[in-house]
Amino acid sequence: MKGSLKLALRMLARDWRAGELRILGAALVVAVASITSVGFFADRVGQALVRDAHQLLGADLVLASDRPWKADVSEEITGRGLLRAEGVSFISMALAGEGEAARSQLAGVKAVSDSYPLRGRLRVAAAQGQPDAPAQGAPRPGGVWLEERMVSALGTPVGSRLRLGEATLRVDAILTLEPERNASFFNVAPRLLMNISDLPATGLVQEGSRIRYYLYAAGEPPALKALEAWAKPRLERGQRIEDLETGRPEVRATLDRAQRFLSLTALLAAVLAGVAIALATRRFVERHLDGCAVLRCLGATQARLFAMHAGEFVTLGLGACLIGCAIGYGAQQVIALALEDLMRTALPAPGLLPALQGLLVGLVLLLGFALPPLIRLRNVPAVRVIRREAGDAEGAARAAYVFGMLLLAALLVWQAGDLRLGLYVVGGFGAAIACFALVSWLALRAVASAPAARLFGHLPGLRGSAFRYGLANLKRHARGNAVQVASLALGLTAVLLLGFTRNDLVEAWRRSAPPDAPNRFLIGVQPDQVASVNDFFRERGLGPPALDPMVRGRVVSVNGRPTGESDYQEERAKRLIEREFNLSYMDAMPAHNELSAGAWYAPGAREVSVEEGIARTLGWKLGDELGFTVGGERFSARISSLRRLRWDSMRVNFFVVAPAALLRNFPASFISAFRVEPGAEAALNALPQRFPNVTLVDIAAAVRQAQAVVDQLVAAVQFVFLFALGAGLLVLYSALIATEDERRREAAVMRVYGASRAQIQGAQRVEFLAMGAIAGTLAAFGAALIGQLVASRVFELDLPPNPWVLVAGPLAGLALLTLNAWLSARKVLRSAPLAALREA
Amino acid sequence: MAGRVQLRTLGLGKRVPSGADELVILSDIDLEVQRGEVLAIVGASGSGKSTLLALLAGLDTPTSGRVEIEGQDLFALDEDARALLRGRSVGFVFQSFQLLPALNALENVMLPLELAGRADAEQAAREVLVRVGLGERLWHYPRHLSGGEQQRVALARAFVVRPKILFADEPTGSLDAASGRDVIELLFELNREYGATLVLVTHDEGLAARCSRTIRLTAGRIQP
Repeated sequence: MKGSLKLALRMLARDWRAGELRILGAALVVAVASITSVGFFADRVGQALVRDAHQLLGADLVLASDRPWKADVSEEITGRGLLRAEGVSFISMALAGEGEAARSQLAGVKAVSDSYPLRGRLRVAAAQGQPDAPAQGAPRPGGVWLEERMVSALGTPVGSRLRLGEATLRVDAILTLEPERNASFFNVAPRLLMNISDLPATGLVQEGSRIRYYLYAAGEPPALKALEAWAKPRLERGQRIEDLETGRPEVRATLDRAQRFLSLTALLAAVLAGVAIALATRRFVERHLDGCAVLRCLGATQARLFAMHAGEFVTLGLGACLIGCAIGYGAQQVIALALEDLMRTALPAPGLLPALQGLLVGLVLLLGFALPPLIRLRNVPAVRVIRREAGDAEGAARAAYVFGMLLLAALLVWQAGDLRLGLYVVGGFGAAIACFALVSWLALRAVASAPAARLFGHLPGLRGSAFRYGLANLKRHARGNAVQVASLALGLTAVLLLGFTRNDLVEAWRRSAPPDAPNRFLIGVQPDQVASVNDFFRERGLGPPALDPMVRGRVVSVNGRPTGESDYQEERAKRLIEREFNLSYMDAMPAHNELSAGAWYAPGAREVSVEEGIARTLGWKLGDELGFTVGGERFSARISSLRRLRWDSMRVNFFVVAPAALLRNFPASFISAFRVEPGAEAALNALPQRFPNVTLVDIAAAVRQAQAVVDQLVAAVQFVFLFALGAGLLVLYSALIATEDERRREAAVMRVYGASRAQIQGAQRVEFLAMGAIAGTLAAFGAALIGQLVASRVFELDLPPNPWVLVAGPLAGLALLTLNAWLSARKVLRSAPLAALREA
Repeated sequence: MAGRVQLRTLGLGKRVPSGADELVILSDIDLEVQRGEVLAIVGASGSGKSTLLALLAGLDTPTSGRVEIEGQDLFALDEDARALLRGRSVGFVFQSFQLLPALNALENVMLPLELAGRADAEQAAREVLVRVGLGERLWHYPRHLSGGEQQRVALARAFVVRPKILFADEPTGSLDAASGRDVIELLFELNREYGATLVLVTHDEGLAARCSRTIRLTAGRIQP
């Protein structure tokens, strides 16, 4: 065994030197690098989450609710000897300055009791740009701590004053670190931290404001457990317990989604690399069949041959995996750098697990795609040295690829971390390969068919024996060429997708808001303010904003049966059914809505119209009777229509609307989306002062901020795309050289029988051009189709077809294969026929 | 005399299915080869020469009869055991050289010694390559060697294990006349030096005449 290993290492060095293993090595490196880069990054984020989990919560246990906690819960915490703190959070406008110099900024307000946080420390600085230090407790009554972004936007340095609702508060410090927000990625509104005792003075806690109420507890684990056990059965709708496991589910969900997206991209690279590995191994085996027969003659047993090659490949695999891990480690640091601004927390060093995972992926790819064909080498009969046709066990190879695909499928499912998603990817990929191979085979046969040959034969430059021979070759090699064309098409699809479609998607996303879309939201207008808000607009020459009523309610039953989160599997459905959402009332359907089913209700009917997306998610159908609670009162109404909305229209949209008669008597607030032309913004400056409780949101700024976040994510993802692109190119290259040996042998035979160089070159050109055109066309349609699917299913965007992809695909295919025809002809024709035959 | 017989066949035959029928390639081959003998097997193309050689070397399996090397029934062994036997006592020279393209001349010659686990593989290979006149071309790959040179590397690879029997299948078949002559001279010289039994398949009557005995195959049978 030791001897076999030594020999395996020697053979590895020899094959490597002779260039037999380079593509295989490169493909493995790309696969492992792409998997580990994402793995390392995910591991660091995961570790940071665990590390900061207590701090993230600000306590050991958090009770969160969308309405104030009853006193008994609060007393229960202290009664069990636990520490207690309270918090309230909501979004509101903060104002500074007077008259024309007035400035306003949307703030993520958090009001906390003196003992907050119970776990972790806040950090503050005495002034902008000064070093920060751990803070003692929370802001004192009358004072606020502002995030630096807020200070800049409002022009309120430490010591100045700002207004929040009806209260005036003093800026006491710059908030530099707030544990609870460490890993929260998408903070649109900067933090304003205040003392909870100032809250009533602001007058902001009123109908229509979306407010979260928190109770924090910390202490001994048994007491915490007991509290949890006590609280759980008493939780009402919209209330939940957050602990280390369930803590900050929205952060987890965001991270999970980002990581899943990254790992799927990485998987794409790995799958492509798998195809390159399969092609490269096939070539390796073809080239080593004779050698193995010789080794059998020289006394090597089957076990010996297998051990030798397995040793060679496993050593190669380990080496390539190590290099891949090292590259992946470097790459994750670039990803972390790209996402640095979003992360706002120092990430711990990655652990070893992702490296092991990368190693496993590399070895699975290698075992799946390389070892089975190697068994073919082991089974080579020694008599092949005398009769060359012996021992071409193609059937075994085909079975081997099936084995490889199954292994890879298992790997994909495992990596996707989601059986359905994984199977979806595996199925899609498998179907694409099968479809590519079938279409290539049919197309090749069609091109080589007699009528087509007659048709092409009339084209100038395509006449003569070279052309006929080229066509004959196409037909003769149809099966091998189909594999080659399918692989080429696959590689080209990846390149086109990453080259064109990705940009198109980003562009479509940017374009999705129409130019005349509203750019301001007005939120929280109370019923008694509606008239004066309209007057405010009219006085300043702005059209009155369309103020829509908004009633907060929850669906509690469907067709008389109580409903809740346990009825749903999907995370989004659970969230939707659990939270209060915005209902509105109106008698005519808004112009920007579109009826997709049913009929619009009559003004007096007990009917509602539901957005089709939420109806699909929650499984509601036309005619279902929905039971609502609004402000403690119950009523029910029948779904009489479904509406289609454009969420990216920047207009006010509601999941559920009802006739005015049905909802008019419930407490409501009003909301509006309107457009202020650039240059007219100053007219709105006085609005927050006149109506302190009303929140004015600059959507453009919010969109810009969201855009910046997306750009950063894209930068990170793009980096992983590079691996996929590299893998795609490797597939292209290995597909091109896959049949080189055979072509060289054939060309030598043709020359022996008197074919001129021009004839051979011509014949090869015909064959390659046809293959290039087919592969390019397939890739163009593949990329366009996948682009459309991704756009509509994942991003919900309309992606106008890009005609350039349809041109670029075939052109790229033709250019690539023309280049290859030229290179291959040079190789084939450079040597004398005898030499070529001898090498063959 | 039994101790002098190195290779023996008894009623050796080979048939392959051909459509509904069977094609008889070899039948009733009875043969004895003495130690140190140089035997030529001649015959027209398709007479079964190469198949006979493959069976004698245990590369292929017969449909009837047996082959014994030094009294050991080859086909009582499994394929792996035959491979080990070949590694120990048999050498090969092929018409198409069968050098491994990814290995240089020295490595090609080292290969059988490495398979046998010999520590002195490189030294021994070097010596034989010098002996066949390729001391200056140790590091050349097969594609950079002429046909004659490639066959000399193949001779070095065959003799480096000091085989008891050497099988050569049309060793000059791929060479021009001059190179062919040189290679044959070398083959006979080495065979004398290493004292191996040589079984040679050829259609070259001149070459056959230089062997100590010739058997002639016609349609799969030894001509009396």
